[in-house]
Amino acid sequence: MTMRLFVPRDAGAVAVGADEVATALQLAAEKHGLAIEIVRTGSRGLYWLEPMVEVATAAGRIAFGPVSAADAASLLDAMAADGPHPLRLGVADEIPWLKRQTRLTFARCGVVDPRSVEDYRAHGGYRGLERALTLSPDEILADVTASGLRGRGGAGFPTGIKWKTVAQASADRKYIVCNADEGDSGTFADRMIMEGDPFVVIEGMTIAGITVGATKGYIYTRSEYPHAVEAMNAAIAAAKRAGYLGARIGGSAHSFDLEVRVGAGAYVCGEETSLLESIEGRRGIVRAKPPLPAHKGLFGRPTVINNVLSFAAIPFILDNGAKAYADFGMGRSRGTMPIQLAGNVKHGGLFETAFGITLGELVDEIGGGSFTGRPVRAVQVGGPLGAYFPRALFDTPFDYEAFAARDGLIGHGGIVVFDDSVDMAKQARFAMEFCAVESCGKCTPCRIGSTRGVETIEKIIRGERVAENLALVEDLCNTMKFGSLCALGGFTPYPVLSALRHFRDDFGPAPARLEAAE
Amino acid sequence: MTSAYEPWNEARGAEIIAEHAELEGATLVILHALQEAFGYVPEPAIPMVASTLNLSRAEVHGVFTFYHDFRKAPAGRHVLKLCRAEACQAAGGDALAARAEAKLGVVLGNTTADERVTLEPIYCLGLCATAPSAMLDGRVVGRLDEARLDALVREAQR
Repeated sequence: MTMRLFVPRDAGAVAVGADEVATALQLAAEKHGLAIEIVRTGSRGLYWLEPMVEVATAAGRIAFGPVSAADAASLLDAMAADGPHPLRLGVADEIPWLKRQTRLTFARCGVVDPRSVEDYRAHGGYRGLERALTLSPDEILADVTASGLRGRGGAGFPTGIKWKTVAQASADRKYIVCNADEGDSGTFADRMIMEGDPFVVIEGMTIAGITVGATKGYIYTRSEYPHAVEAMNAAIAAAKRAGYLGARIGGSAHSFDLEVRVGAGAYVCGEETSLLESIEGRRGIVRAKPPLPAHKGLFGRPTVINNVLSFAAIPFILDNGAKAYADFGMGRSRGTMPIQLAGNVKHGGLFETAFGITLGELVDEIGGGSFTGRPVRAVQVGGPLGAYFPRALFDTPFDYEAFAARDGLIGHGGIVVFDDSVDMAKQARFAMEFCAVESCGKCTPCRIGSTRGVETIEKIIRGERVAENLALVEDLCNTMKFGSLCALGGFTPYPVLSALRHFRDDFGPAPARLEAAE
Repeated sequence: MTSAYEPWNEARGAEIIAEHAELEGATLVILHALQEAFGYVPEPAIPMVASTLNLSRAEVHGVFTFYHDFRKAPAGRHVLKLCRAEACQAAGGDALAARAEAKLGVVLGNTTADERVTLEPIYCLGLCATAPSAMLDGRVVGRLDEARLDALVREAQR
């Protein structure tokens, strides 16, 4: 009997040897005369166990990891005999780290073959679209609104309201744009879902298209994500062949087409108006709002622009109803958030869970503390524009409003863990430097402020008039926060001010703490 | 070893430009395609793109210079990109970047004198749970440590 094996094709798994493992398994099987079939899936998101290989058995899929090419022969023996192996992790779905999650958006990621429409359908795919095709646009809007879904890119704007604005606008053409320009360090959920379950993104965008009356969509992603680009293009081609994209989708009167566009290494293009400029073939210069993209977006037409994870949440909502989604969460943060644990963390990966879990639970229990084994000193939540949190604030629940109340943001859900060797003045300087490099240059607070910020923090680090310069940095941050056109200049103060507020000892010449550590 | 790229050729450039000219907002797509073929965006291609798309030369030059990816000259034979963003910093990326610079004798953003290796910073490969990470000629590598970095550098120098 042919054994069915699953080896991730996810870039994170490939980066630690998944391709070599797949080749070694194939060779070892031929040598042992074993018949095997290898399905290249996405990642389940347990990255410390990657490459994680699974085998289908009567008891479910049994996982092994982290596997290296040298383990191939012994692994196949253990699989064929259903016997013990040092890397055996048991039934994949029963691994506590996975079992503890609420996977609504990522339910299929790491499970299905990301190039097969049939496999997607076999795991509940396209049921949301099928139901949407039986509803009126108003009924779909009512579901999306009632689900409480808020933009997962970071701004947290209610998705239903955005869609309604575009639905009500009249124009000769409308567009659906997927913001897959996931540039925040510490985030990789967009990449994972595009590589592991691309059809869910396509389905979500298609539903948006029929709701607002758009027939063309763009997915704008990054040149740093070649694997995601390849996976999305393969899935779009497969969806076209299966009649789920193109004219008369799913046999209905609607048509919808998708195209992937690739950025060119500009972080600011993750800002929605800059992204639209970039698709139009121009410099990624931020546009002033209003007009909102919902009124005047891509090529001047009404445009729904949402993050990958927002679109990917839609099929579940349409399939299972708004209530099934809204039942999860806390306060005004409804549903689940795919949280990404990264940096110096023992158990890094993708943890999708209902809003409300605390930062401390995420970092200490789920993340298992630092990879180096040293005490966790700070975490940056929400990417390069997110605040640094000290342990004292680890009781903060993961919720848009709770983070805002503590001068932070959840952003795109990335958490970067730092141990006690971190120098927070250096991190604050980096935040300003990053802003200076990536600023589009349109507004003065961001363009000039970031460079002056780097210089002033450097003075502080050198010990020049520390108190005066600290006051100057705070003043500069306020100017940037309230005077910048977009979140790049406007949010760079978050990491800077949080570092100043919570880690003041690090600012000044030769921090005593680091000297003591040496 | 011969280059993986074609030498600049005006007819070939025109063909690449024409292939994508009908797309909405084609400029970035064309610049990417040119760089994929030639390894950089040759200067004579800029006015060609402009006239095909009915844009000014300044507009196309402006797009070309805005984005970090586009090169005005060929890179070294191999391009080693080290992630320098926060997640990789947290996992020891700073020391590894310094080590790569010392081994290759160039600072980030430069090409070795023998034109074998271009060493570049990259801001996030999305491999933040297997940090620190790098990319060698399009191949991703995670969980870098000194030994794995040294092996990558040796491979790039070959």
